Amino acid sequence: MNVAYAALRVLAGLGLMLANGVVLIYMLRKVLGHLHVRLGPMEVGPKGIVQTTADVLKLLTKEDPTPAAVDKVIYFIAPAVVFVPSLMAYAALPFSAKWHITDLNLGLLYTFSILSLIPLGILMAGWASSNKWSLFGGMRAVAQQIACEVPLLLAALPVVLLAGSLNMNDIVKAQAGYWLGFIPAWFWIPMFPALILYLISALIETNQTPFDMSEAESELVAGFATEYASMKFGLLFLSEFSNLFVQSALIVTLFFGGWLIPFVPLELQQKIGISAPVVFMLKTYLVIFVMMWIRGTLPRVRIDHMMSLGWKILLPVSVSWAMITAFVVKLAEVGR
Amino acid sequence: MTIDPRTDVPPAGEMLGDTHCPVPDTLPVGLDHVPTGVDREQAEHLIVNFGPQHPSMHGVLRILGELDGEEMISGEVNIGYLHRGIEKLAESRRYDQVGTLLDRGDYIAGIHGELAFAMATEQLAEIEVPERALWIRTLVGEITRISSHLLWYGPMGLDAGAMGQFLYAVRDREMLLDILEAITGARMMFNYIRPGGVLRDLPAGIERKILEFLDHFEKMLPEHDDLLGGNEIFQLRTKGVGVIDRDKALAYSLTGANLRASGVSWDLRKDRPYAAYDKVEFDVPISNEGDIYSRYLVRMEEMRQSVRIIRQVLDGMPEGPHTAKVAKVLRPPAGEAYAAVEAPRGEWGIHIISNGSDNPARMRYRPPAFYALQVVEDLIPGTLLADMIVVAGSMDIVLGEIDR
Repeated sequence: MNVAYAALRVLAGLGLMLANGVVLIYMLRKVLGHLHVRLGPMEVGPKGIVQTTADVLKLLTKEDPTPAAVDKVIYFIAPAVVFVPSLMAYAALPFSAKWHITDLNLGLLYTFSILSLIPLGILMAGWASSNKWSLFGGMRAVAQQIACEVPLLLAALPVVLLAGSLNMNDIVKAQAGYWLGFIPAWFWIPMFPALILYLISALIETNQTPFDMSEAESELVAGFATEYASMKFGLLFLSEFSNLFVQSALIVTLFFGGWLIPFVPLELQQKIGISAPVVFMLKTYLVIFVMMWIRGTLPRVRIDHMMSLGWKILLPVSVSWAMITAFVVKLAEVGR
Repeated sequence: MTIDPRTDVPPAGEMLGDTHCPVPDTLPVGLDHVPTGVDREQAEHLIVNFGPQHPSMHGVLRILGELDGEEMISGEVNIGYLHRGIEKLAESRRYDQVGTLLDRGDYIAGIHGELAFAMATEQLAEIEVPERALWIRTLVGEITRISSHLLWYGPMGLDAGAMGQFLYAVRDREMLLDILEAITGARMMFNYIRPGGVLRDLPAGIERKILEFLDHFEKMLPEHDDLLGGNEIFQLRTKGVGVIDRDKALAYSLTGANLRASGVSWDLRKDRPYAAYDKVEFDVPISNEGDIYSRYLVRMEEMRQSVRIIRQVLDGMPEGPHTAKVAKVLRPPAGEAYAAVEAPRGEWGIHIISNGSDNPARMRYRPPAFYALQVVEDLIPGTLLADMIVVAGSMDIVLGEIDR
């Protein structure tokens, strides 16, 4: 019984990821379209909402040629190595106090460690494609990932210190109170520098413009995905959107009160079970919208500027902010 | 029989057959071609082929790059993928037909090629152009300049990785193309400026349409400027990158905005006035840095000056015939003539030799982008991969014009 229930939860996670991919691609096209004074897809279905589905079908039915010179085994495994971790990252996300695939005590740590597997897959894809553009893309992805991974973790650390837990549900519940009786005690207010650091690192981590160096289309054609076609390309593409979702969900969990609805008593929220996941998704999509907005506006940062941003600015600032927070938290504990 | 492009490339000499022109030792053909001076077996660096089909190579430019990590060691610019023999074709066209060929040279600002050709023909045939035609030529010339600069500004952002402002630029350019279509009948391939004047008079009500655009554009230009030039990422990537100093600019015969961004004030509209440019007021913007950002600044300011010129032209447009009386089949007396105009990309010169027949005996043109492209090869060593694309884009290259 328990095993079947767990399997069902995993399947639900997979379904959510695939549905997310379809919705996010449509959303990206519409958001970018309207930012760019065009309409985006309009033909397939009302307002073009079935366009992405049609594209997925097209990807599935496309011929899947394998270039002669590729390293076949790695070339075939790489999309899976990218896709599986980004699916696994859904496991610990708290959609509500009860809605999660599994309630891990080290949920945050688990998600970060799973996500850090993805660059391996991208490097494999780039390396095995036997294409110089792919190789550049793969190498850049790894360099970029290492430069932002540490600031990303260190930006999440102060929140963990404040909440006193690595369990994501506990982090959400720690934000349930109010300051001065009316300001929701979400962590983005005291942790504003951490939010900025996390947002920049998350943009780098998810390969979003202005940090989409690993598939910079004006430089590297399509980066690590150049030699992939059909659903293998689809998997790479899907996992990118899924990472975007996971990172946005983490931002919401860490800084914007997760599934909490401000000014509604916690007991009432838990009584109306469905409200929490809906609010969580809404908040997440709002964060994704901001990221797409950035994507539609900014030019790409040059690779060396990004590296120096990661190592010389993000890292020291995030270390100092984590230390300041630790100091203050300890002081407060001693004071109590 | 299957052809393997890697092995079945004929030796350089055979490709061209029995010709009298000297054939270079290595023709840039075949997939295995490496830049000159690089030993394929010994090479320590990555040889990468940008183009002719690469998303950000303008037109069909091909750059063979030698890369050490992200850094370009050298780059060899190969052109000729769009060669259509425009100059040779002109020898079998009547004088009023050559314009169609020149439109396909610089297809973004075809008017200027036509204008240079018409001016050279008028010199040969000693045609007096009526005043109104001169003013119309100035008008369409400046409209084309704005539309061409917009099509530089947009892809500049694309090269740097931003997409939004490209679409804002083409939105504004669309209004200009509508205006040009109303005046000339075509959006890109005009053949509107003919020896002796222009093809047709301005259509009724065009003035209001142009003023509408100018009002819109004057509001939009600061926004364009803010969006790209005001962006810190863009400034980081362009300031101090791809620097052409004054001497180098002169040594490479750069003209147009590329030259003026290196601190040389040289603009044919001021220094060798033609059409009605001596009757309107405008400034020639220059910048002294010579980097990509100053080329950007110069072009943005040129658009402002063009708006200024168009307003004056609309105010001062004289009445009269739009073309001189020119024979249906023009046969200029034997001789030669050179005329040059300040096209958006620089000095567009046309040299015609006439033998008294109804076709030019020889026509040659000076495409400004050809000279701008040569300096790219000089700028590449030491830049990063990403910079190379922006450097090449900043020179405002149109391959149709370079390859002829």
